[in-house]
Amino acid sequence: MTAIYILWLRQLKRFIRKKTSIVGALGQPIIFLLAIGFGFGPVYAKAGAGNYIQFLAPGIIVMSVLFTSIFTGLEIIWDKQFGFLKETFVAPVSRFEILLGKTLGGATVAMIQGILVFLISLVAGFRPHLASLPLAFLFLCLVAILASALGAAIAARLDDMQGFPLIFNFLVQPLFYLSGAIFPIKNLPSVLDVITRINPFSYGVDGLRGAFSGVYVFSPLLSLGVLFGVSILILAVGAYQFSKVQL
Amino acid sequence: MNIIEIKNITKKYGDFTAVNDISFDVKKGEVFAFLGPNGAGKTTTIKMLTTLLRPTAGEILLNGHNVMENPHQTRKSFGIVFQDPSLDNELTSYENMQFHAILYGLKKEVYEKRIVDLLNLVELYDRKDAYVKNFSGGMKRRLEIARGLLHSPTVLFLDEPTIGLDPQTRNHIWTYINNLNKKENVTIFFTTHHMEEVERIAQRVAIIDHGKILIIGTIEEIIQKAGAKNLEEAFITLTGSTIREEEVNVGKNQMRISNKLMR
Ligand SMILES: Nc1ncnc2c1ncn2[C@@H]1O[C@H](COP(=O)(O)OP(=O)(O)O)[C@@H](O)[C@H]1O
Ligand SMILES: [Mg+2]
Repeated sequence: MTAIYILWLRQLKRFIRKKTSIVGALGQPIIFLLAIGFGFGPVYAKAGAGNYIQFLAPGIIVMSVLFTSIFTGLEIIWDKQFGFLKETFVAPVSRFEILLGKTLGGATVAMIQGILVFLISLVAGFRPHLASLPLAFLFLCLVAILASALGAAIAARLDDMQGFPLIFNFLVQPLFYLSGAIFPIKNLPSVLDVITRINPFSYGVDGLRGAFSGVYVFSPLLSLGVLFGVSILILAVGAYQFSKVQL
Repeated sequence: MNIIEIKNITKKYGDFTAVNDISFDVKKGEVFAFLGPNGAGKTTTIKMLTTLLRPTAGEILLNGHNVMENPHQTRKSFGIVFQDPSLDNELTSYENMQFHAILYGLKKEVYEKRIVDLLNLVELYDRKDAYVKNFSGGMKRRLEIARGLLHSPTVLFLDEPTIGLDPQTRNHIWTYINNLNKKENVTIFFTTHHMEEVERIAQRVAIIDHGKILIIGTIEEIIQKAGAKNLEEAFITLTGSTIREEEVNVGKNQMRISNKLMR
């Protein structure tokens, strides 16, 4: 347990000390909120769908949590390259505890980033139901854990950052764009419909949006179940990958 | 009593054999030098001894624990200073030590005092709150040694601990290590390319090349068997005078590529 705690604390310290990268990581969500939010707002309203910022903000919060989590998970590649992972691996700590510490550290860091984006979205005019904040928090936590575990599991397989553009463009971006974060997932062409239903992050976006607005596409229990189940699955895969790592 | 028993271990990377069926023992409290040219298989052997790599074949006992079957107990028994840097540059020296202490399950009352003692030993106490990224190579090495000793290991592995250091720092480091062995009976297993370091502190020496142990014994025995004047000459007589590929600071991936090219 204390091992998980110190791994978590290290991640948090590293995050808090990189002030410029915290601010830097806010750039993309801000651009999305402003450019897409206000840009598509009139079209969205004309289509009779209501206020687009109301719709978009939860998607952007999930985006920032998803990206931050996966990148923090991928930081394990730096630990491999800079040798620090060896220090962790020769300690009398199981690989599973190391994975959990890393995942929880990454998830916490992403939650901080997500909360900052939430506050920014309030400035941009987002008006959520505050009564369901705890439920929203729960959904966001599950998204963060799922994405960090995913990042860690991928990092276990990679020796350097050369595969990074591949992962970013062919995994992380599609997971975001095909999650219903920026467009409603109702009445989609059937291929897109299937993809969004397979994508676990769709349930995170919908859960968060539902918690804030009261309107869900999927039942919140189903969404919680999917996020929880997939997180366990990815942690299991990650644990296996970690047990195979040789330095 | 043997603190390390290596029985017929082999390590293959693909079809390249880095360590080829080696066997030897290290006695408790001994200062043991493990020598060989670049690429001989020293680091690979140390990684197998320290649970980082699984041998392709063979068995290792460390402090009575079977390294492959009981990695957890094994890990509590040794400390290690890796050939390549392994500190977190974004943390302070105290934080690097604290991370290690907590990872090894030390109690706060124990580690607080021990970190102060060890940082004093390696003369870094006044830099305890400085970030490691601002340290010189010698300071980082000293910190890594202090960290390797934090959980009071029975065996300390040092893989080229003095690489790239000036003579003053090297002298300092070997003085600590020698004291540690004399006062606390810590077994020392080290590699180096500096023969005078070996002559200064090693009680026994093994020379490995191309994954095979060429010779093992005291310094006198080795010099005598090689018919040489000193250890350096014996080393060259035994391993030949061709220059080996430099592999310092080469990433794992590049190393794999260069291996492919060489085949
Ligand atoms: N991960 C790896 N994959 C392939 N070959 C490797 C790997 N690590 C080491 N080697 C090769 O194994 C041999 C022994 O390496 P090493 O144990 O690091 O030598 P030393 O520490 O004695 O200089 C070298 O030829 C090296 O290139
Ligand atoms: Mg080496």
